[in-house]
Amino acid sequence: MAGVMADFGNFTHAVVRAIPSSLAKEALRMNVSDVDLEKAQREHEVYVGVLKQKLGLEVIELPADESLPDCVFVEDAAVVCGDTALITRPGAESRRKETAAIRQILKELGLNIVDMSDENATLDGGDVLFTGREFFVGLSKRTNQRGAEILADAFKDYAVSTVPVTDGLHLKSFCSMGGPGLIVIGSSEPAQKALKIMQQMSDHRYDKLTVPDDIAANTIYMNLPGKGHVLLHCTPEEFPESAKVFEKLKDHMLIPVSNMEKVKVDGALTCCSVLINMKAKV
Amino acid sequence: MTTEVGSETEVKKEPEKAEEQPAKPELPATNQTDEVKVVEAAEQSNESPALATDSAEAKENQEEAQPADNATGPEGEEPPASPPASEKKGISRFLPPWLKRQKSQSTVGPKESQVTPKEEGGVVLLKGEGEKAEQVEAEQTSSTTAAEPQVEEEQVNGEAEPEQKEEVNSEEQAENHSTGSAETQPAKEEKASEKSQEKSAAEEEKKETEEGGEEKKDQEESLKPEGGRYFIKSPLKLTKKVKMVMCHVIMLDGSQFPCEVEKRAKGQYLFFKVCETLNLLEKDYFGLSFKDNADQTCWLDPTKEIKRQICNTSWQLAFNVKFYPPDPSQLTEDITRYLLCLQLRQDIISGRLPCSFVTHSLLGSYSLQAELGDHDPDEQRLDYISDFQFAPSQTKEMEEKVVELHKTHRGMTPAQADTQFLENAKKLSMYGVDLHHAKDSEGVDIMLGVCANGLLIYKDRLRINRFAWPKILKISYKRSNFYIKIRPGETEQFESTVGFKLPNHRSAKRVWKVCVENHTFFRLMTPEAPTKAKFLTLGSKFRYSGRTQAQTRQASTLIDRPAPYFERTSSKRISRSLDGAPVINMIEAQDSAPTSVGNGREPGLELSSDSSKVEEEPSERAAATPTEGTEMKRDEPDSSQQDLDKTQEDVLKHQASTSELKRSFMEATPETRPSQWEKRLTASPATSLRLQAQGRSPPPTTQEPLPDLTVDTVSKSSDDKQKSDETTLQAAEVEIEETVVVEEIRVAPKGSVTITTPEVVTPVAVETEVEKPEEEVVEEVIEEVKEEQKRPVSVSSDSHSESEEEAGEYHPQVTVNISVEQIKEEPEKEEEVDNHEEPEQVAEPEPLPEVEVETMPSPAVVEERPMAEPETALVVDAPVEEERTEDILVTPEEAPNGHAEDQPGLLAVEEEEEEEEEPRVNGDASHAETELIPQVICCSEPPVVKTEMVTISDTFAAQKTEIATKEVPIVHTETKTITYEAAHLDGSGDGEPGILMTAQTITSESLCTTTTTHITKTLKGGLSETRIEKRIVITGDSDIDHDQALAQAIKEAKEQHPDMSVTRVVVHKETELAEEGED
Repeated sequence: MAGVMADFGNFTHAVVRAIPSSLAKEALRMNVSDVDLEKAQREHEVYVGVLKQKLGLEVIELPADESLPDCVFVEDAAVVCGDTALITRPGAESRRKETAAIRQILKELGLNIVDMSDENATLDGGDVLFTGREFFVGLSKRTNQRGAEILADAFKDYAVSTVPVTDGLHLKSFCSMGGPGLIVIGSSEPAQKALKIMQQMSDHRYDKLTVPDDIAANTIYMNLPGKGHVLLHCTPEEFPESAKVFEKLKDHMLIPVSNMEKVKVDGALTCCSVLINMKAKV
Repeated sequence: MTTEVGSETEVKKEPEKAEEQPAKPELPATNQTDEVKVVEAAEQSNESPALATDSAEAKENQEEAQPADNATGPEGEEPPASPPASEKKGISRFLPPWLKRQKSQSTVGPKESQVTPKEEGGVVLLKGEGEKAEQVEAEQTSSTTAAEPQVEEEQVNGEAEPEQKEEVNSEEQAENHSTGSAETQPAKEEKASEKSQEKSAAEEEKKETEEGGEEKKDQEESLKPEGGRYFIKSPLKLTKKVKMVMCHVIMLDGSQFPCEVEKRAKGQYLFFKVCETLNLLEKDYFGLSFKDNADQTCWLDPTKEIKRQICNTSWQLAFNVKFYPPDPSQLTEDITRYLLCLQLRQDIISGRLPCSFVTHSLLGSYSLQAELGDHDPDEQRLDYISDFQFAPSQTKEMEEKVVELHKTHRGMTPAQADTQFLENAKKLSMYGVDLHHAKDSEGVDIMLGVCANGLLIYKDRLRINRFAWPKILKISYKRSNFYIKIRPGETEQFESTVGFKLPNHRSAKRVWKVCVENHTFFRLMTPEAPTKAKFLTLGSKFRYSGRTQAQTRQASTLIDRPAPYFERTSSKRISRSLDGAPVINMIEAQDSAPTSVGNGREPGLELSSDSSKVEEEPSERAAATPTEGTEMKRDEPDSSQQDLDKTQEDVLKHQASTSELKRSFMEATPETRPSQWEKRLTASPATSLRLQAQGRSPPPTTQEPLPDLTVDTVSKSSDDKQKSDETTLQAAEVEIEETVVVEEIRVAPKGSVTITTPEVVTPVAVETEVEKPEEEVVEEVIEEVKEEQKRPVSVSSDSHSESEEEAGEYHPQVTVNISVEQIKEEPEKEEEVDNHEEPEQVAEPEPLPEVEVETMPSPAVVEERPMAEPETALVVDAPVEEERTEDILVTPEEAPNGHAEDQPGLLAVEEEEEEEEEPRVNGDASHAETELIPQVICCSEPPVVKTEMVTISDTFAAQKTEIATKEVPIVHTETKTITYEAAHLDGSGDGEPGILMTAQTITSESLCTTTTTHITKTLKGGLSETRIEKRIVITGDSDIDHDQALAQAIKEAKEQHPDMSVTRVVVHKETELAEEGED
């Protein structure tokens, strides 16, 4: 029996989406940059390959939609926790339609779908940090209070605390979970400030793993049967200093995954998949 | 104790009565207490004539008495024992009225014993003095209308715990009445009627009954023929006739538990009854709740009378979990867990504990397993399950899920299922969170969530801020505002204060109380010592009186009984279709849904009652409670003294007006008046609630140390010595300031001044003013008053609030002794102003370890000050203090905390004072302004015992210092009190009551010093006098040169107020003897 708040990091399924060719030019980005589409697609293939082959997850690949240049970043379209999937209302107008396909597949997977129908609400999944015991929702350019409220309504078991995100795109642009009770955090001032707020707001204690580069703090943690702690993180090529930090995690199966191209359009590792634990379905 | 208390009260009353009705028949008292009273009354009668005697004689008598006291020295510390009335009287006489009340339990006994030997000769004279004071008090008390509702409680003051001034006043009144009733019926009746009226009014406001109250009530009832049937049943007093009332308690399983209790029974009596019925030992997590007039759920204070707390007629209460154990697996007994499960089911069904679909299903399945056992495959239909409610709104889908999950629990015992239920429920984010509606500083609707870890702030469903207990320095409320002072963060220099607006005063107080209780229960090792009333401390002194989680856990380890059998009642139908408030729902559910299958058990679980262990707790509580009550009493004296001048009629009128004011005030919606305070609040990043401490309106300029410093000091001080203390409890001090009665009284006398508004005597800006010449003061006062009216919420200015505007403060820090105490009005000042005779009183009130330096402007000072009086008066006080210290000593372990529990009888006033002081002693240092030679040093070690009081009075110039020292060799602790006074130029008897402008405590790092400053302004003729009283606590090991520290403190004080003169220095030294001193 999966009790309340059990099995953090235990996933069985992953939903991913292919990269549309429109991504190179049309995808939203905070900084001007040229994206090598082919390189990005290769990167993504490796990413999916890790999930599928290396980790043994059942990966559901959605086809790209050329009209949705950012559609590869499926994380923003849905927040899945337990057997409930909150279909978001992305803060970027151009991305609103990305949710349809995601919703469809999640529903097919048997998850309880919660829609964010309030037109005043916006929420990007990238602003949602789930620690296993509670949610932190970054109030950013893409996510507002109302969106956070709806998330809180969708996941009533958990405390949902809001964290102002003044710098960077999303809350998870500079942090993520690196293990149960372990927050990987960037070393920038905004990141550290956000961490402080999170620590203050929480009834729980979190260890922190500070990495020099904010974006390197975005990792994917899983706790898989037979594999134990798994951490997908940046490669030494991208962030050598940060990569060294991760190498200190002795208990984790460390899997460096390159994300050089997608990051140019503000895509972090977590952005490219929606992880689901179907066993969690009680 | 009770007897003692009674004696005190009686004494006080007597003077009045005597005046009014010279001959008063003494009522035969069946109870010990009654007897005592009688005796006292007799004495009083004797005394009454004495009262007439000149003050001079009285003084002489006192002097004589003092030596006698010394001789008698032995402490009759037996709390319960009824000391000879004469003894009591003697003591009481000596003690200033407030002191008497407070001290009644612990100190009184010893004092009395001392007094007795000389009584005849000296007594009369002594009484003359004491009586005067008493009389004044009595009058005042009578005058204090506000308190009336509480009056009933009074007789046993020692037991009673003073929470609010109002109560105190009422108590006093009650005492007076009771005594009066005993003596003369007519007088009694009148009083009673008044009381009743007052009571009704007071009840509306808030009534916190004190333990003592019950006894008093009992007496009253016995006296009153009206009472109807008399039962001999009261647990406390065998002989009393009691009126019984039928209570209905809704149990967690939804059943009704009818219970007949005395009308005056305290909350704990009923609570223990319920626990006994449930066969519950781990009862500290639970409590009784009721709905107030506003339909808000309130916790029944176990230490107070039920009648005073519940609204009007309904004796409907509910048994609920009060403190949700964060880890239910640590509970010792299954029955406790079971009850917790029942509570959580209620919480879930009512929606108070939100859960996801899955969680609802999962928890529901465990409930089924616990109640029904393994899933019965034969019972295919879902019917059986639809009788149960698992969620506020449950669907067929959910029921199916529940059944599906139920199947997986096969083989699980009920206890295991409960455990699983709790293991999941405890993780829910709203588990054990008590929500209260509020608004932030910007008027945004938020929710305050009080829980084991601290205070959570929600906006809608979102947590927008969180203040863990360790982050909170102080909790307070004022009017409808609730404040928390936040410890500065790493990068912050200053404390900040966050203010919240509650719907009304009552709700603000409720939140405050809940916070105090939760903090104490979950964070402290032992409950805080009841606030030791500093004399004039206003406001609620409410403290959690039960056991802490740590204590209850420890106690649970001692539970040695076979797991009690209890029957699990079905959750079927309970509260079905009731989404609203859980408690109420339960009731309704029962009534409406009798249909419930056989499960609908009768009240309570049928258990074999092992009551043996249960009994232990009650006794503890009883012991604990008395301490709390003591504080209340102190407030009274102030008011009484002030009223001395007034005739009874005036007093009554005044009371009436006061009560009206209170009512109007109560009714007034707080929100209408925007407070500057609120405006000042700046939004914290997350919450936008924060307010910089600096920004406060009433920052006391006079005192050098800023709030920040305070904090630091506190921690340091704690570090120095009293590690034990810190660990134990000292954490939070609760100060509630209700100035209502006192202030009003003050105002009245001043009527000439222009201050018409009773509400306010604001201490706020006073400090700066203090330094200024007197004349200006008057203007300032007025201004202040105005200001207050405008802004109801002034954080710093605690001292002035009307009775209705209660303010509560609570310092939650565990390690900190006393960080900042605001608003204390010390009786001394007021008293002093009024009468010369009063000085004694003044001296007594002083906490042992503290050094008080009063600085008065030279011009006016002389007249007003009572202090000028000869040493003798002071000396009288000294004995009292000594006794106090002894009492304290008795409980060395808890001493830091100031728990009176150990000494049930003794506790009263003295203990409280001591307790309060003691904590401070540890970490406090002081500044004193004095020209006098500082010979005093305070070293206090927690368990110290020896006490000495030395009073020195100086001439006005303060050049001459005399020291009178009494040493009472007590076993362990040594306390010395030395008072230096500047003599009055003349005893100007016309001293008018002063207005307390400011009272505050500042803690500075230097020397571990804590300084409390009280600024009082008095207007006389065209002159105004400003009196500043500083209380400095120097704490240190033997390493510290206390003399030097004191000298420094005095020097600093002088420097601070160059234009003022030091008129009095009281040094209280407390030393722990090597023998005892384990520290």
